[in-house]
Amino acid sequence: MAELWLQFVLTIDATLRVATPLILCAMAGIFSERSGIIDISLEGKMLLSAFTAASVAALYGSPFLALGCAVIVSMLFSLLHGFACITHRGNQVISGLAINILASGLTVTVGIAIFAQGGQTPFLMSEQRFSAITLPFAETARHIPVFGTIYAEVISGHNLLVWIALLSVVITGYVLFRTTFGLRLRAVGEKPEAVDTAGISVTLMRYQAVLIAGFLCGIAGAYLSIAHGAGFVREMTAGKGYIALAAMIFGHWRPVPALLACLMFGFLEAIAARLQGVEVPFLGPMPTDLILVLPYVLTVILLAGFIGRAVPPRSIGQPYIKER
Amino acid sequence: MRKPLPAWVDISIMPLINIAAAFVVAGIIIALIGENPFTALAVMIKGAFVYKGALGYTLYYTTNFIFTGLAVAVAFHAMLFNIGGEGQAMIGGLGIGFIVLSLDPILPPLLVILLAIPVAAIFGAIWGVIPGWLQARRGSHIVITTIMFNFIASSIMVWLLAGMLMAPGQMSPETRHFADGVSLMQIHHIGNALGWPMARSPLNLSFVIALIAAVAVWVLIWRTRLGYIIRATGHSEKAVIYAGHDPARIIMIVMAISGGLAGLMALNEILGVQERVILNFTSGYGFTGIAVALMGRNHPFGIVLASLLFGALYQGGAELDFEFQTITREMVLMIQGLIILFSGALALMFVPAAERIYGKLASADRSSDTRKGEQNG
Repeated sequence: MAELWLQFVLTIDATLRVATPLILCAMAGIFSERSGIIDISLEGKMLLSAFTAASVAALYGSPFLALGCAVIVSMLFSLLHGFACITHRGNQVISGLAINILASGLTVTVGIAIFAQGGQTPFLMSEQRFSAITLPFAETARHIPVFGTIYAEVISGHNLLVWIALLSVVITGYVLFRTTFGLRLRAVGEKPEAVDTAGISVTLMRYQAVLIAGFLCGIAGAYLSIAHGAGFVREMTAGKGYIALAAMIFGHWRPVPALLACLMFGFLEAIAARLQGVEVPFLGPMPTDLILVLPYVLTVILLAGFIGRAVPPRSIGQPYIKER
Repeated sequence: MRKPLPAWVDISIMPLINIAAAFVVAGIIIALIGENPFTALAVMIKGAFVYKGALGYTLYYTTNFIFTGLAVAVAFHAMLFNIGGEGQAMIGGLGIGFIVLSLDPILPPLLVILLAIPVAAIFGAIWGVIPGWLQARRGSHIVITTIMFNFIASSIMVWLLAGMLMAPGQMSPETRHFADGVSLMQIHHIGNALGWPMARSPLNLSFVIALIAAVAVWVLIWRTRLGYIIRATGHSEKAVIYAGHDPARIIMIVMAISGGLAGLMALNEILGVQERVILNFTSGYGFTGIAVALMGRNHPFGIVLASLLFGALYQGGAELDFEFQTITREMVLMIQGLIILFSGALALMFVPAAERIYGKLASADRSSDTRKGEQNG
């Protein structure tokens, strides 16, 4: 029983680790899409920033510098996305796709040019990374039943970026629903004409939104390569950006439900990892691939309106043309 | 003075400007890495066309892109964005696997091949029509659904190829080899048999099928009633309803055709080259189809040209691996991203400037004309 409990607690702990980049990207997606800009380039921006973070950490040794550079690179690509979709009214999906493909090619190309390791970056030492923060009394508390295990395993022992991800949900919720900026941002995604009539620049609002999205994706990427992992591996995002997109839709473009969706998807991934190779009676080995595909299947079912309805912001995907 | 561009400038000059922009940016990146972009370009051209057998490889890649490019283009004509080519091609390959693995012990190879070709299209069509149905009848967004369907297809492939379809007695996730003779004939075999010696290459009969598909799509879109309705759906759903058609039905038909074309891509890889079903045989060709359709302006002729360019990029890109320490075939992926960016998302960026230049040229022409007229008069 105690063993099973520990297994459960460890799975919850793993859930949080796996969900962190999803949470950051889902919040990024919420900012962008709430302003009316579809962002399927979460994946590409995360990949680019993961690469940047790992490269800077390997070359200069400072995780904070690495995080800063990752965020800047991600925001530059957000600007590109904005330049194409807002300034030139290009197709938002095509622009996002271009960034994703560009990211796949660029990270490996530049990686080989700098490190000559087939697109990987060197393995990072612990001082080059964000390491786990053990909260006070975690070891002493471990012996207390139930709460102690939870405190020592789930709450303690995470790196800084996990906490930032959780904080980002609170901030997103506050900014979107408690500030004038948030009200305007949401209005721009629903009825840009109204915002324009009020004398606020739709273009500027949308640029700000995509830049915030880039900022958050940058943290997510840095988490992958210099906090959760210890270096960059080609294609290391492996579809996480799209899962985050699914979580955002699942959470109806709202921060807290999106957080829950991220945790649910993270839990599925954590449990699939734990069940790898476990034999199930009558079924043979556990079909973990089928567990991993659940986020995508559930999103399709949700979007089709079989379980509730996901209604996107009304003006999403439509470039705003100011009347003259 | 700005002047709207005439059609011929819009379909010939503007795409070239956009591609040129993509190549200039790629060249700058190569230079920043410390290599000579012109040397790289020369290596790629040699690798794609000059070396023995190179052209065959180029056309083999071209085949994939014609199929996936046509798939994207057909959907574009109805204003649907099918990003699911990758998954549809995978499922098409799975269909080939099912039919061949179950029938090749009992039926003659030719019959199995003739069955496999429509089955590839049908399986791809099914994987396209489900997102189509979800969009048409349930209101889900086709972009998101097709993205999700790519992941679902990929999981199904892993699950089946590492499970019930895995060849007994081996560790890699792939099926057993198809029976002897169950493959599309490779062009160099045909050439050699006819007395034209050709270098070995994976180019096979699916290239011919791809060209037929291109013609068929042209006929469908511009010469049939259905094609007219498809294009009308893209322009105005209301008009289509007024004309007595059901746009939902049209969307499903279009997605079936689109998925079917993507599914046919599996012919080239599975029936033409691998002769067994392997994991990830699509290698992103479905996404390249988007770049191809954008560059080819959704017209079959443009798509064949764009496919040839991408075929050359892929084959020439493979050559980069041998010639350079620092640049590899991922460079091609980067160029692909840039092409999608410039000829897709930023397609309108150069239009105002082009209009201004065209306006100047046109007015210069006219003033010289009038001057001539005055002299004559």
